[in-house]
Parts: sequence; C-alpha cells; structure tokens
Amino acid sequence: MASNFSIKHQPGFTAIAATCFVVLYLPIIVLVAYAFNAANSTSEWGGFSLRWFQSAWQNTQVIDATLRSFQIGAIAAVLATIFATMAALATTRTAPYPGLTFKYAAINQPLMVPEIVTGVALLIFFSRIKIFTGYSGLGYLIAAHTAFCIPFAYLPIRGRLENMDLTLERAAADLYATPWKTFRRVTLPLLWPGILAGLMLAFVISLDDVVITEFVKSGGQDTLPTYMLGQIRRGITPEINAISTAFLLLSVAIVTLFFFVSRKRD
Amino acid sequence: MATAEEVAKAAERRDVRDRWLLSAPALLVIFLAATGPLLIVLVYSFLTPGAYGDVKWQFSPEAWLSVFMERDIFDDTLSLAGAHVTIFWRSIKLAVVTTLATLALGFPTAYFMATRSEKTRDLWLFLITIPFWTNLLIRTFAVLQIIRNEGIINTILLKLGIVSAPVQILYTDTAILIGMAYVYLPLMVLPVYASMEKLDFRLVEAGYDLYATRFKVLRKIIFPLVKPGVIAGSILVFIPALGAYVTPSVLGGGKNMMLSNLIELQFGQGRNWPLGSALSITVMIIVMVALLAYVRNAGKSGVRHG
Repeated sequence: MASNFSIKHQPGFTAIAATCFVVLYLPIIVLVAYAFNAANSTSEWGGFSLRWFQSAWQNTQVIDATLRSFQIGAIAAVLATIFATMAALATTRTAPYPGLTFKYAAINQPLMVPEIVTGVALLIFFSRIKIFTGYSGLGYLIAAHTAFCIPFAYLPIRGRLENMDLTLERAAADLYATPWKTFRRVTLPLLWPGILAGLMLAFVISLDDVVITEFVKSGGQDTLPTYMLGQIRRGITPEINAISTAFLLLSVAIVTLFFFVSRKRD
Repeated sequence: MATAEEVAKAAERRDVRDRWLLSAPALLVIFLAATGPLLIVLVYSFLTPGAYGDVKWQFSPEAWLSVFMERDIFDDTLSLAGAHVTIFWRSIKLAVVTTLATLALGFPTAYFMATRSEKTRDLWLFLITIPFWTNLLIRTFAVLQIIRNEGIINTILLKLGIVSAPVQILYTDTAILIGMAYVYLPLMVLPVYASMEKLDFRLVEAGYDLYATRFKVLRKIIFPLVKPGVIAGSILVFIPALGAYVTPSVLGGGKNMMLSNLIELQFGQGRNWPLGSALSITVMIIVMVALLAYVRNAGKSGVRHG
C-alpha cells in the first residue's frame, strides 16, 4: 500500500493540467483547420482547399502590411538589440554605482505601463511633432517599437552577461589587447547567444504589437496585426484564418529557434 | 603626487562615466518614445478639449472631474457618472476574475509540469511557451471562432440537443472573460512554474511523515513556498487584463467597453483628449498601486526565505 503512495500526487491536478493544454491548443487547431476550408464562410466546412492562402497572397493590402511589419520589426529589433547590449554591458558585472537602480527601472519602464496608456501618450506626443515637422513617415512607428523592444532584448543579454565572469577579459587585457579588441574577440563571441535570443525576442514582440501601433500609425501605415484587427471588426472570412496560420507558423519557427539558442550552454 | 587611492578613485569615476555613456542610447530612446510622453499626458489631463480633437492651452480641472462625475447640462450640478463607474467596475471586476481563473487553472498546470521528469519538463515548458509567443490578436480571433453562435461549442450543444437555439456568448462580458483567461494563462503558468521547479519535495515528504493530508500539504507547505511565483503571475495577468484593448474590442463588441475602449473613444469620436488623458493616468495609478503592493510583498517574502 505504502509503495503506491506518491508524495507528488495531488488529486485532480493532472486532469486540470490536461484540460489546460487541450484548451490552449484546441482554438488554434480549429483556426488553422478553417484556413484550409473551401467554403466562403467559416460557419461551414466545404472541403479542403488552399484558395484562401492564394487569395491572401494576391491581396496587395495584406502583402503591403506584411512587408511593413517586417520592415519595422527588423529595424526596431536591430536597434533595440544594439542599445540593449550596450545597456546590459553598462549595468552588469560591476559593484553598485550611483544611478544603477535608476537604469534598471528606466529600462524596464515600458513593461510597467499598460500598452493603451503608452499608445495614447505617443499619439499625443507624435501628433505634436507631426504638426511641427510635417514628417509623417514610418519613423514614429520604428521609434515606438524600438523603445518597447529594448526591455525584451535586454533580458536575455543581461542574463547571459551575469553568467560570464571577467576572467577571460582580464586575461586578454593582461596580454595587451586594447579594450575594443577584448570586446570584439572575447566578450562579443561569448555574449552572442544572448544577443541572438534578444534579437529574436525583440522581433517577435514588434511583429505582435497591436495596441501601440494602432495609436501611432498614420493613414495607410497598417501593419499586419492592425490590418487583421480592422478586418476582424468588419466581419470574418477564412482569409483571416489563412493569414493567421502563416503568421503562426512564423512565430512558432522563431520561438523554436529562440528556445534552442537560449538553451545552448557552452 | 597622486596616491594609489586617488588613482583608483579616478579609474572608478571613469568607469561610471563610461557606463553612463554606454546606457545613454537605450535610456534616451525609452525616454523619448515611452516615458517622456507620459508626462505630456499628465499635462493634457489638465487642459481644455479643442473643438476638433487635441486641446486648447487653457487650464481646466473639468477632465479630472468627469472621470467619475458628470455635470448636468441644465443646472450645472455634479453627480456620479454612471457610465464611467460601470466601465471602471467592469474592468476591475473582469481583471480580478481573469486573474483568479488563470490561477485556478495555472497553478495545477504548473504543479503538473514541475513534477514531471527533468527531460519531459522542457517539452511541457515549450508547449506553454508557444501560445505565449503567438500573436495575441490571433489567439483572441481563435477564441472568437470557438464561442460564436456558429462556433464549435454551440454546434456541439445544438447537436446534442442540450439547447434549442445557440447560446449567445460572443459580445458579452463572459466572452471577454473567456478570451482574457485564455490569452493570459501562460503569463500565470510561467512564473508559478519557475517557483514550483525549485520546490524541495523533501519538505512535502516531511509533511506526510507528520500525518498531514494531501490538502494540508498543499495549503501549508506547497502554496507558501511558491507564493512569490503566484504573486508575480497575478501581477503579470492583472496589469494587461486591466488595460486590455484587443480582447474587449474583438470579443466584447461595441457595447461591453472596458477602460481602454473608453480611453480610445475620447481620442476618436469623443474628441475629448483631456478626459482620455485623465482616464489614462487613472489606469496607470491603479497599476502602480498593484505594482507597489507586489514589490512590498516580494520584499517581505524575500526576507523570510533569505
């Protein structure tokens, strides 16, 4: 009798966990299934077809929005990662100095404020600048995305740095490497997995953003998520399922990559 | 001549200066495109609305009064603004219930994951992480397709003869609740799991040795030990739930507004930017109070365990 007694067992917990995993994935599976629906609406099943993928592919609005999402995401992610790397180097592996706590708070600030508030704040601020300068390009969206991507890029880079001690860098300095050379040849290669993880995280975060983009964008600057939000509000066709499915595949691919990169320990 | 101490001090000063220079770009971008504009919102909340949106540069406390009050157009008396109070109440209620629902589902799930063998744990973690990084709008859209009148739930209920007409779930508070619990569940599971993973099961064993029941072990040993994770998860769910925009816009329809929709309205058709600003600051104050409570709580439990 005693041999059957497991100290880790809690009644019902496994059932709830199983339910959770089913509930998490079922809606996504249904969504993907309906992307391959031949019928004109998502209320009936009309057989397997790729027509909605085709129609999405030929929809210039979708392609435009997708390219814009990638463009903003790529620029914002690269900028955010560079700035986050510099900030991480400046805030780790040191004795506490005046302003260190302030820096942590400032860098993480975008995470503490609800997106809607940041969105509104940027709407007001940027609308002033637009009147003042007359510029209404993608720069505003890129600036906004870079700002909220920095804390996400910062996390894995800082994590990686905290596990690296200064021994190798000191050894390089002892061998008369200049600070820049030490950074290029020692710090950067060791830090690289963290930087890559931060870059991917920042890119996904930028790609997913709806709220801030919705408030900051000018006319004709829809990204893929804001385009989809507009379509969903107007009524749904399986085309949205097809776009979602493609988007989903991309996210899963990046997450999988991220998982491997951040798990790699050498 | 400089003593060794002076040289060391100068080097330290240089180091601190370099560290400020290195962090300057990140701090500057965040200040310009995230933190700084919040101060402008504060200023705007004390101005007079312009006729076509934006503001007139004229001080007025009216926006802050109208957060909770409304002025009678005939006799100028103030009374409680019923519509705003309803929306505040709905937002807070939905955010709290969402937090509790994700905790009720997420806690056992995290426990289940933490009690798996070391190898399979990574797989379960990966399965939770995927929805977490999947676009929130897509996940909300997936929920919409499940709960709408022609969706899978209603189809099954109709086929089984349990109901004779589809149950209207979509465009109700329940729909918003289901949607938020669904999209924020991973935000609860991940921090609870992080605490649970470090749980020392020898303590659980000791509890059973002392004749504790399963429930008593859960309540008196497991729960107190993973409490920091539970608090972190609750904060991570509560904050975005309170300011949720996408989920209520998609699942709540036009009628069931939450705070974010009310704010958006002031910057759109409402053309009352000061009121929108005052409402935004109010949301931020609620969030800050929740965060402060968290920091104080985390500090306390840190002392206890440390």
